[in-house]
Amino acid sequence: MKQQELIPHLFRTEYSKITAVLCRRFGFEHIEVAEDIASETFLAAMESWAYKGLPENPVAWLYTVAKNKAATFVNRNSIFQEHVAKEVVGTAEEYMEIDLSEKNITDSQLQMLFVICNPIIPVESQIGLSLRILCGFGIDEIADAFLTNKETVNKRLYRAREKLRQERVKIELPDGKEIESRIQSVLLTLYLLFSEGYYSESTDSVIRKGLCLEAMRLTYLLLENRQTNLPAVNALLALMCFQASRFDARLNVNNDFVLYHDQDENLWNHELINRGILFLNKAAIGKVLSKYHIEAGIAYWHTVKNDSIEKWKHILQLFNQLLVLQYSPIAALNRTYAFSKIYGNQAAIAEAEKLNLTTNHFYFTLLGELYQSVDTDRAKENFDRALFLAKSVSDKKIIQDKIDKLISDCE
Amino acid sequence: MDEFILIFRHEDGGKVASPEQMQIWMKQTMDWIGGIAAQNKFVSGTGLPFDESNRVVWHNNVVTNGPFGDIKETIGGFVIVKAVSVEEAVEFAKGSPVLLGEGNSVEVRKIAKEEDHQ
Repeated sequence: MKQQELIPHLFRTEYSKITAVLCRRFGFEHIEVAEDIASETFLAAMESWAYKGLPENPVAWLYTVAKNKAATFVNRNSIFQEHVAKEVVGTAEEYMEIDLSEKNITDSQLQMLFVICNPIIPVESQIGLSLRILCGFGIDEIADAFLTNKETVNKRLYRAREKLRQERVKIELPDGKEIESRIQSVLLTLYLLFSEGYYSESTDSVIRKGLCLEAMRLTYLLLENRQTNLPAVNALLALMCFQASRFDARLNVNNDFVLYHDQDENLWNHELINRGILFLNKAAIGKVLSKYHIEAGIAYWHTVKNDSIEKWKHILQLFNQLLVLQYSPIAALNRTYAFSKIYGNQAAIAEAEKLNLTTNHFYFTLLGELYQSVDTDRAKENFDRALFLAKSVSDKKIIQDKIDKLISDCE
Repeated sequence: MDEFILIFRHEDGGKVASPEQMQIWMKQTMDWIGGIAAQNKFVSGTGLPFDESNRVVWHNNVVTNGPFGDIKETIGGFVIVKAVSVEEAVEFAKGSPVLLGEGNSVEVRKIAKEEDHQ
């Protein structure tokens, strides 16, 4: 790897490790100090490596510099000395022993995950802070992923850090009993982080894929620890594997979305599908059926390309269960689609019309599809309505293609 | 929006159904409930199995086995739904697979709200 590629790569992987370890050592109230030291370490690397060339072991070089910078900081900053060093880091000598071993890095990152995914801050802030602190994403990359600007992201992250500081959140794993409830918000944040990447409107496919991979890495971090290796975590990772298996098939050469039925299944990643099945089997213990179990089940059936009544019966039952557990418009629409595969379009139209999601373009797209074989005029009306409601360019294009096809089929 | 309970009344709860039959009923019930949940109108619900774990406690604490035999109808379960009117709740009830059985019925009752008690 060339130097200009190596630094961003190392930044992505090592920035978050250094920050997590230092922050755990200093306490969350000094998170900015930890982040600053990590950033300065990379600045030093860029300056030094440009002159002297790459060190033999760049990662070890970074860790040494980070340790030295941390020590210098403690020595020079008398306020920090008086207020923090004594109570938190002990003497300067002791402090030198910042532990950047693999085990301590993993433990620190896992604990930071629980600190950040705390329901006292809004869920968008949890995702943003995770990306910044645990994944080493730049502010501009986060802004791009959320389709917003840097100022908004900076403000959001600032408020979130302040809130966590005010609440004196401790950097530790919740104890045994508490883990089951606290892990819910961790899983939700990781689920949303993955979805942000998978369904993002961002045109930068590298960032989108990056979000998905980071969500998977952090979920795997939970599985590596005995206390947090719970069935719902396995289910979530299974879900992510099944979804991610279609990543390369979902976009064509022009970066347009390819709908599921038009995808080339040779582009599906079968290794990821098999990994997903493995995690799903591990999820199938215990008594709790989480929404991740159900969604992973649905995603599993979507890795079976062949259409059969049996497949759709399974999918319909899973959507029924999912909706009973937690309503969402998109699940209601997908359930109705599965319903049509078993009971036919006419019956599904009656089900669909009860949903009354009249501000949702997916609702009218579904109705348009169901009417296609029943009444082409109604199909066109519904697609037109969907086109009117759709906001993103890619959604509009998909609907326009359906209208064009409908018209050409009628001729 | 009010909440209504739909109570399934079975004419003869003592009848034993085969596991295959039970599975068909289960799927039909889930398809029905899924349709209500897809409208965001499902609140909760449960089945009440016709097995051995049933007793009736009478006046003076007399306990008898099961609600079956002595009385003609048995409650097989219930669901609670959200609906704007009793008419809408009745429309939900009409879709219940319980009604495929002759003599069975679904009782629709409005659930008392907090303010009704005041």
